[in-house]
Amino acid sequence: MAKNIPVVQKVLSGNDEIAAQNRQLLDDYGVYGINMMASPGAGKTSLIEKTVQYLRNSLNIGMINGDIATTFDAERAQKAGAVAVAVNTGGNCHLEAHMIRDALAELDLSEIDLLIVENIGNLVCPAGWTLGTHKNVLVASIPEGDDKPYKYPGMYRGVDVLVINKIDLLLYIPFDMNRFKQGVEILNPGLATFVSILSDGGRVARLDSMDM
Amino acid sequence: MHELSITQNILDITIREAEKAGADEITAIYIVIGELSNYVDDAINHYWHLLGEGTIAQNATLHFERVPARLKCADCGTEFRLNPDSYLCPECESARIEIVAGEEFYIDSLDIEKSDPVEV
Repeated sequence: MAKNIPVVQKVLSGNDEIAAQNRQLLDDYGVYGINMMASPGAGKTSLIEKTVQYLRNSLNIGMINGDIATTFDAERAQKAGAVAVAVNTGGNCHLEAHMIRDALAELDLSEIDLLIVENIGNLVCPAGWTLGTHKNVLVASIPEGDDKPYKYPGMYRGVDVLVINKIDLLLYIPFDMNRFKQGVEILNPGLATFVSILSDGGRVARLDSMDM
Repeated sequence: MHELSITQNILDITIREAEKAGADEITAIYIVIGELSNYVDDAINHYWHLLGEGTIAQNATLHFERVPARLKCADCGTEFRLNPDSYLCPECESARIEIVAGEEFYIDSLDIEKSDPVEV
């Protein structure tokens, strides 16, 4: 007997459930979690490094570094003063909630105030998988070009904070800021946006509106 | 590359739902994918043959319903299709745009085979 049965379930509902458990665990320990995403080379690790150096005297910082095959970035975070766990995804292009669950088990959460998760450098895949962190941060950078919100709408739509890095390169690289900010504004109205220069000591400024 | 993980999720959900319904076999799976969710049918089909082997879903045909991204202008009310070069309203050039469709990604339904109940 043939039969059609309705399902109507989100394909990633299993991941969302584990993410909700991760969030609960973080909340139980009073840990604030941030998921950092970017394309390769945008400056994720540098931004984390500077942030850890800046905050390490006032907050205990834990790190989960997703990497396809190395632990190099975790070592950089550790050197800057964070307790770091490296998650080697074995070629997988994004972190998933169950990887975070396993990594959280390796950290003493009672000793951590801020958890920074460094996702795999990629603008497509990480957008679909929630991890259970409190905020999603996207690091964009000027050399990537002004078309990225149009090419990766899923990523730009799903984040809470945008950091535009290497802003000093606006002087040298053709980048239509109007086109960029129009795309961002439509996908994610009112998105909290910062600009940064991470070389030469590091500076970050808040852009209250995207008017530059 | 994330299609491997996606395919595993589709397989887990469909087998669970089919077993709940007492199915002997899953013959078809209907999946809805919005244009704004970046998933590739071909890759899912490819992994399906690897992951589905030996399960009640191994012979299932995957049907993908693509939902085009639709935007709506909050100023003049015009509805329009996504244009990757510009998100502005094609009528009034407003930047106040809502996304009304295209973010879907779910399993809608399954076709299953189950043996007829034995007459007593």
